[in-house]
Amino acid sequence: MSAVRLHGVRVPHMKNTAGLKPVRMDIPTVVTIPMSMHIGAPAEPVVKPGDTVMVGQPIAKAVGLVSSPVYASVSGTVKKVDDMLMSNGRFMKAVTIESDGKQDVWDQLKVPEINSFENFISAVKDSGVVGLGGAGFPTAVKLDIKDLSRIEAIIVNGAECEPYVTSDTRTMLDDAELVWEGAALLQKYLKAKRIVIAIENNKPECIKTFQKMCSGGSGIEVAVMPSIYPQGGEKVLIYNVLKKIVPEGKLPIDVGAIVINCTTLAAIARYIKTGMPLVEKCITVDGSAVKEPKNVIVPIGTPVSDLFEFCGGFKAEPKKILYGGPMMGIALPSLEYPIMKNNNAILAFDKKEAEAPEPTACIRCGTCIESCPLRLMPTEFAEAYEARDAERLGKLKVNLCMECGCCSYACPAKRPLVQTNRLAKAFLAADIAEKKAQAEKTGGEGAK
Amino acid sequence: MDRLIVSSSPHIRSARTTQKIMLDVIIALLPALVASAIIFGPRTLLLAGVSAAACVACEAAWEKFRKQPCTVSDLSAVVTGLLIAFNVPSGMPVWELVIGDMVAILIVKMLFGGLGCNFINPAMVGRTVLFLSFTADMTNYTIPKGAVDALSSATPLAVMGELSWSDFPELLLGVHGGVMGETCALALIAGGIYLVIRRVIKPIIPISYICSTLLFSWIFGGEQPVLSLFAGGLMLGAIFMATDYVTSPYTNKGKLIFGIGCGLLTAAIRIFSNSAGGVSFSILLMNLLVPYINGITMPKPLGGVSEK
Repeated sequence: MSAVRLHGVRVPHMKNTAGLKPVRMDIPTVVTIPMSMHIGAPAEPVVKPGDTVMVGQPIAKAVGLVSSPVYASVSGTVKKVDDMLMSNGRFMKAVTIESDGKQDVWDQLKVPEINSFENFISAVKDSGVVGLGGAGFPTAVKLDIKDLSRIEAIIVNGAECEPYVTSDTRTMLDDAELVWEGAALLQKYLKAKRIVIAIENNKPECIKTFQKMCSGGSGIEVAVMPSIYPQGGEKVLIYNVLKKIVPEGKLPIDVGAIVINCTTLAAIARYIKTGMPLVEKCITVDGSAVKEPKNVIVPIGTPVSDLFEFCGGFKAEPKKILYGGPMMGIALPSLEYPIMKNNNAILAFDKKEAEAPEPTACIRCGTCIESCPLRLMPTEFAEAYEARDAERLGKLKVNLCMECGCCSYACPAKRPLVQTNRLAKAFLAADIAEKKAQAEKTGGEGAK
Repeated sequence: MDRLIVSSSPHIRSARTTQKIMLDVIIALLPALVASAIIFGPRTLLLAGVSAAACVACEAAWEKFRKQPCTVSDLSAVVTGLLIAFNVPSGMPVWELVIGDMVAILIVKMLFGGLGCNFINPAMVGRTVLFLSFTADMTNYTIPKGAVDALSSATPLAVMGELSWSDFPELLLGVHGGVMGETCALALIAGGIYLVIRRVIKPIIPISYICSTLLFSWIFGGEQPVLSLFAGGLMLGAIFMATDYVTSPYTNKGKLIFGIGCGLLTAAIRIFSNSAGGVSFSILLMNLLVPYINGITMPKPLGGVSEK
């Protein structure tokens, strides 16, 4: 079983901006920072309108076990603390800061003192760093492993398999030292026996950089991965690097693995070195409607409209704006959305690229099955979902789908398979919850 | 700025479409069509054209009647039409051929819901209905001009015992009696190679089908097992009919089982019965088993935990 290669699709790389060093744009006049830029409980604002804040000053604290603090990304005055409509259709509290353009750094910032696993983890938590590859899972929670002997290998994810996106590439080239220091911190405090930096083979310069660094018996190695999407998916990477399968309902650590994005690691190292928490991001701005694609470093909360403006505006009318890459990115309904912690790109597509093709009848060619990295059967999901057959969906394991997009991408009939998978997953989850509630009810009655 | 499009990811799609796949199949059928025109005369071109047009017309008419969106631009009806024409002798009356087209498109394809919903291969059913309804016309194999030996008198399958390896070139080139599209093995194989290169089909079904036909013919003691591979409808069936997406299994393992099943049945029918429909009946029977084959060859989800 383990000898089998996982499926995937060969997507066009479109890494047009890989050679462009990130540039800083002028500080935006206003930033809007949502309290939920991570998975878990939203942070709780600790500032109120009228407060003066400086760069790196906490504006919200983490609440609960899975959460992350939020810091001011510009210096200036808090204008509003109110609800904003997020791209997922939910309202979320957000802090709006009017910038004074000075970017004064908070005077109470200090380099954290680290001498044990415990204060390493609390430093990671204080850094405000979450999974910057896109998932946004609070990194401190991921790294807080109770029994460190379970860790067999830590994979530093530099696959960056999404088309267009090159912000991780730039991290690996421009902040290689920070990535390296981050890896050394993991070696020291997590007692990782093996650290593997996994990079897709379409980034030869990144590979060369780290191979040079690894040559000194550091215990850190570079794994050159084929450029097959979704190489950077957590389960896919663990399988391809370590030949281990993360079972359903389990975490990577259950097979001795931790996967951490290279930019995430660099952000942690930066905080531990300088005391500056996560307040800015390198964003790839690209797509067929963008005049001058660039990598841009911006404060978190910068409106995406400012970024496009900085990149020369649009050369064609944009019909689709994406948070993230084209395979898993989220389409935005307007330009009035802020850059968040877990963003790595914003793309604008012209009419030709934006329009979704008209789906035609399924010809049962099996291409979706052939392209699913998790060996699922998307066409069967669609059939079972149409029949609202929860039992069959459960047997087919629709819940394992990671929505990577391979099936929809490859489908010659252009069927919206990922969309159906999402609906089917929600349907199955609701069905399970309902059955559970029913069982509890009848169980309770039986006990009477 | 106008409204933005908000849709579910992924936001890019591969260039492959159903129409392009069908166009590739049509291109792959062309060498055999040209060969048949050379071997049997230009009437084969007329039959191919009429059959394709009839299939397209049937589909369009049905969709018009049912007030459904017209789907003939996906070219699947053209493929079905060509395949039915390939399965009739060059002297076949046109009206009989059109009946086959109507059965294939109206009954087998559209009544079951159109492309992708039929459980057996429409062209195969069309051919089988014609074979059972108009047996005389369907087995009145036209003799290629200039051929004078045993091969010219009938389909070579009927006279396998009289053949020797010296007849191999004629079998390969198809200058012998038979239905119009099946005789030129060389052209059919060329089409098959094109489809494999274009990744339209995988070679699993044709290879497992042909190899298992050879193996079982040899086990069952058939005459000239190797030469018989190039006679009758085997190449046409294995390359173009058994590989139909809709009526073949999804996975490689399933395709292998399907191919071997077809080969076993073809060898058995050819040797133990004197019916000329070995390939058709085998593929039709295996078509019926596809849901079961899919059921037993489901890929195991990565990390999936089975419920106990």
